[in-house]
Amino acid sequence: MVAVLELIDNLTDQYGRDRSSLLPILQGVVQQENYLSEYAMIEIARALNLPAAEVYGTATFYSFLEYKKMGKYLIRICKTITCSMKGKNQVLMTIEDMLKIKVGETTPDGMFSLLQTNCLGFCHMAPAMLINFDVYTDLTPEKVREILSGYLNRKGGVNDTRI
Amino acid sequence: MTPGYDLKRVDFIFQNESDWKDILQKSLSRPPAELINELISSELKGRGGAGFPTGFKWKLAADELNLIKYIICNADEGEPGTFKDREILTKVPMKVLTAMAICGYVIGSHQAYIYLRGEYFFLQPALNKAILEFQATCQELNFDFRIKLFMGAGAYICGEETALFESMEGKRGEPRNKPPYPTSFGYLGKPTVINNVETLAHTYTIFKYGAKRFYDLGVQYSRGSKLFSVSGDTPKPGIYELELGMSLLDFVHDFGDGDTKAVQVGGASGFLVPQKRFAETTIGFQGKLTGISLPTGGSMMLFNSSRSMYNVLDNYLEFFREESCGQCTPCRVGCQQLLNGIKAVKRGEKNGQYLDKLLRLTETMQYTAKCGLGQSVANSFSSIVENFREEMIY
Ligand SMILES: Cc1cc2nc3c(=O)[nH]c(=O)nc-3n(C[C@H](O)[C@H](O)[C@H](O)COP(=O)(O)O)c2cc1C
Ligand code: SF4
Ligand code: FES
Repeated sequence: MVAVLELIDNLTDQYGRDRSSLLPILQGVVQQENYLSEYAMIEIARALNLPAAEVYGTATFYSFLEYKKMGKYLIRICKTITCSMKGKNQVLMTIEDMLKIKVGETTPDGMFSLLQTNCLGFCHMAPAMLINFDVYTDLTPEKVREILSGYLNRKGGVNDTRI
Repeated sequence: MTPGYDLKRVDFIFQNESDWKDILQKSLSRPPAELINELISSELKGRGGAGFPTGFKWKLAADELNLIKYIICNADEGEPGTFKDREILTKVPMKVLTAMAICGYVIGSHQAYIYLRGEYFFLQPALNKAILEFQATCQELNFDFRIKLFMGAGAYICGEETALFESMEGKRGEPRNKPPYPTSFGYLGKPTVINNVETLAHTYTIFKYGAKRFYDLGVQYSRGSKLFSVSGDTPKPGIYELELGMSLLDFVHDFGDGDTKAVQVGGASGFLVPQKRFAETTIGFQGKLTGISLPTGGSMMLFNSSRSMYNVLDNYLEFFREESCGQCTPCRVGCQQLLNGIKAVKRGEKNGQYLDKLLRLTETMQYTAKCGLGQSVANSFSSIVENFREEMIY
């Protein structure tokens, strides 16, 4: 909790306390904490002198501002047309199989969450997915198995990709 | 089919940008009115989809008396099948920054923003570095101009200009009523020029070579070249700069896999063109041309005969249902009902005539929805249902 407060302090110092700093601050918290807890939203509201409901209403509008606890590695696989045509489902099944979770779930150890998302802008290299902010393209079941093995091996967090 | 087709490839956008300082310096020494006239006579139209003449947009903002004005580069690039703006910002960012600064000089603005979609977060470090280098040059030239990067957070609707302003203001990305238009009441209520990434890159070409070089490409009402994002059933997916006004038949000759059944022009919010209409369809902005001319942000998705058009429509409708901001009823409820409706027809719970009811619903949405998202659902819906009716039912 103290850590979140400190983070919010730093972010408001960096971006200011105007309403127009709200999105960058929310993004900054998500980057560090993986999601926006109710506590964080209330504290951000306090720091910017806004009603908490406004902060909540804004945050919940954006699909990249998670307000439920997410795993350390958030996988977002594209489900829009070209990725679907180019074998997204097989890739998705491979991920579900390896991590033993379904879309919308998080592994019990809190390492991986799996979501679907809309067109990532890599249709010419479909299917595509994001893991946190890293892009992976031209996916096949074999390729995704390799990628996930890489993450599973580094689970200790030494090579955390979050910036 | 006729041999001898010829698609004209163009190489302006990704041409070396190493002369950006010269272009900047040269432009800042010309009278603003002259720069505006250069743009107007090039007949450049916005490449973000709506096709508003860029020169007039800058002129409208220049004529505003406000002391504070903003420039925004729209890099939200969320239309399914579009991936050209990222390539521009990756390969020739200095062109875009230079264009923004020239716009600042022309309209009297000192603050600009790039609104970059959250999915492109990985571009942030490189872009920030380019911005720093660029601003240092502005300082050397004694030109007071600042550019900031603003990250989106995963909402397609924020590409709509007024929703984008709301988002930057720290609110839900819900489109505003228009008028007032951005050039008089934009970000924080100030006069704002908002342009697509590619539009800005084209202005660089125009300031470098003069309006004529640009104007000489293309056809009436659709001048210049355009980047196309090509995907789907094609042996060569990727990004191509082509002259506007090409026929879709020529395009398919070049990019198809020999079995092209239909092409979706302009992304999910665009139109599906079936094979029998390839010859009469040209790609460009609407004017008094013969045949059908389709405007586009540059997304070209090819489908071959192995694809079910039902699946395509189902996928688009799910996209719209999820991305609708939910602010107005025709769109929020309409998208839901269209998706449920085609599913019911497919399952045989409703008969084929139900599709006509759904078509009328999209017409209503076209007239009553508040913004371009809800209004354009009719485009893909009617062009798919009318051309592939059997596939919707069986
Ligand atoms: C739903 C919707 C999404 C849009 N998304 C984008 C986008 O991602 N990028 C863009 O440049 N324009 C987008 N636009 C168009 C913008 O509202 C605006 O017309 C454009 O940024 C103006 O720039 P231009 O004149 O240079 O094209 C979108 C419009 C709508 C209705
Ligand atoms: S048409 Fe759709 S996206 Fe546009 S304002 Fe209405 S609900 Fe929102
Ligand atoms: S459809 Fe998946 S990246 Fe565009």
